[in-house]
Amino acid sequence: MAKAKILIAKPGLDGHDRGAMIIAHALRDAGFEVIYTGIRQTPEQIVAAAVEEDVDIIGLSCLSGAHLELFGRVTELLRQKDLADTAVVGGGIIPEEDIPRLREMGIKKVFTPGASTTEIVTYFNNLLGEN
Amino acid sequence: MKEDISKAYSDWEEKVLNKTLAKRPERKESFETSSGMKVKSVYLPQDIEELDYLRDLGFPGAPPFTRGVQPTMYRGRLWTMRQYAGFGTAEESNKRYRYLISQGQTGLSVAFDLPTQTGYDSDHPLACGEVGKVGVAIDSLSDMETLFSGIDLSKVSTSMTINAPAFILLAMYLAVAEARGVSPEVLAGTIQNDILKEYVARGTYIFPPVPSMRLITDTFGFCMERMPRWNAISISGYHIREAGSTAAQELAFTLANGTAYIRAALEAGIDIEKLAGRISFFFNAHNNFFEEIAKFRAARRMWTRIMVEQFGVSTPRALKLRFHTQTAGCTLTAQQPENNVVRVTLQALAAVLGGTQSLHTNSKDEALCLPGEEAVRLALRTQQIIAHESGVADTIDPLAGSFFIESLTSSLEEIAGSYIGEIEKLGGVAKAIESGYIQNQIHRSAYAQQKEMESGEKVIVGVNRFADAETAGCPLTRVDPQTEKAQVKRLCDVRKRRDSKGAEAALDEIERCASTDGNLMDPVLRAVKAYCTVGEICDRLRNVFGTYTPPAIL
Repeated sequence: MAKAKILIAKPGLDGHDRGAMIIAHALRDAGFEVIYTGIRQTPEQIVAAAVEEDVDIIGLSCLSGAHLELFGRVTELLRQKDLADTAVVGGGIIPEEDIPRLREMGIKKVFTPGASTTEIVTYFNNLLGEN
Repeated sequence: MKEDISKAYSDWEEKVLNKTLAKRPERKESFETSSGMKVKSVYLPQDIEELDYLRDLGFPGAPPFTRGVQPTMYRGRLWTMRQYAGFGTAEESNKRYRYLISQGQTGLSVAFDLPTQTGYDSDHPLACGEVGKVGVAIDSLSDMETLFSGIDLSKVSTSMTINAPAFILLAMYLAVAEARGVSPEVLAGTIQNDILKEYVARGTYIFPPVPSMRLITDTFGFCMERMPRWNAISISGYHIREAGSTAAQELAFTLANGTAYIRAALEAGIDIEKLAGRISFFFNAHNNFFEEIAKFRAARRMWTRIMVEQFGVSTPRALKLRFHTQTAGCTLTAQQPENNVVRVTLQALAAVLGGTQSLHTNSKDEALCLPGEEAVRLALRTQQIIAHESGVADTIDPLAGSFFIESLTSSLEEIAGSYIGEIEKLGGVAKAIESGYIQNQIHRSAYAQQKEMESGEKVIVGVNRFADAETAGCPLTRVDPQTEKAQVKRLCDVRKRRDSKGAEAALDEIERCASTDGNLMDPVLRAVKAYCTVGEICDRLRNVFGTYTPPAIL
């Protein structure tokens, strides 16, 4: 079976990618094929990369507080391209009260500060099992 | 005497220590600092045998400044209490600054939003969702006028966390002052202006390294000529540490960047004896208490040695490493946020015992959201209690002579020195960034720390130990969602109101000057006075300089 492919992406202008790089590294150690976009990507660039690489899951990281605008734009673009079945997961400094809205936008799961890589790897494995 | 101690130590080890260990082993097999230095159970005079008091420590205010940069340190004047703040519009941030000043804060520190930091106006597509979020949105001089309204610029010192477009924000600050009749000579403050760490840790770069360094040396030249009280750069280890480095790496990469700026200044024909006195540094105060204190002391000694040995600098002021400190944001936890007050207190105490010139203490709610007013007040009070109640500011460098502290200080100097040696071998900082060496080192340390935390080897109270099932949340401070719309409207109004021909001509002049080797500061000053925006000025420079593409690290 081919390795599952994951895109880890940093939308917006936020340069804090310590977390995104740790997640990418941990997922790679867990056997996934991981593509990391690097910082300062537009939602359009992220969706284009997801299409080009034909990824199974997109992981978005944002610490600047722009998650509602940026994550929402990514899921909207995916829908426009008939790719709404690509799972999108988010993480960052995201207040609990924003999570229901993000879920409505199509973000499957939101990881907040303190989440462990083990927890995240397990979640990704289960998510792929479901599909 | 030394032999006596060695012999007595062996006796003690055999008869006392080993007996206890046989009955009850230590908590861990090995104790280590963040930089991987093994910590011994007890330190002895022989651990600092190599230390030469006059050569390695000296006196406060005298080389190598290990004991502090001022002869009187906090007995003369306490450190500057400077809380980094800014969010939403200029009007909201101005209100917060006035509040902080009314609460006894002694210096301002401006946080800009990401569009401002990366050279985009608030109406740029890339600014969508980011306007006013992590700092204040500044598009034009009009916003800057509002930001400092009612604040006496001849009295306050202002630090601006701005890097790639530092030259523009500096010009705006000057223009505001000038319009109020305050002359550039009296202005005190700092622009961060440290692009090298943006490439490796913080990410708000715009242009490639060569033109970026030219913009920095342009500001050096300008400040030295016209702003004698202004720090032209704040060379920052803070963000390198936040990105995951160890204390030794923070020290090494920051000082290596420092030497790169000195070299660039020399190449630009700047008098470094004069410039070096206007350079400041910015460090992180992290959790490992003694290692942090040792780091600050080692930083001063190393910088003095670098300036003397590598650059032959002799003016005493130019040998001093003066620095700002901020407590470590990355140690704050979203779980049990009250615990953060205690973390911040210890980190702030380390900064003070390490001889900082100014200090920002983080607020307890910052792992969740922007700091609320009450949380900011408590953070400021923490500094005031350390300053006025604890007595730690009453004598200079009180931990000097401690076998442990002196041994750590020397070890850190050695480890950091070997990283600097690696960078030199690669051909200097620019090459080390291009090859990804520095970024990789930081990432590796960050990953190792994450693993230690997840294995439970590294305890984070309230997160991987002593956790509660339910965490009571803090009240959240949020930026008004209308901010972006309001800011874009202000920007459109400015564009409508200004003399558009004059603005266009000023921008043309910047583009022309950028293709020569002339100093850009004067053309930029004219442009900001013509109400040209941060985005417009950066766009013209993007035309000439191009933009930076980072190497792939992972």
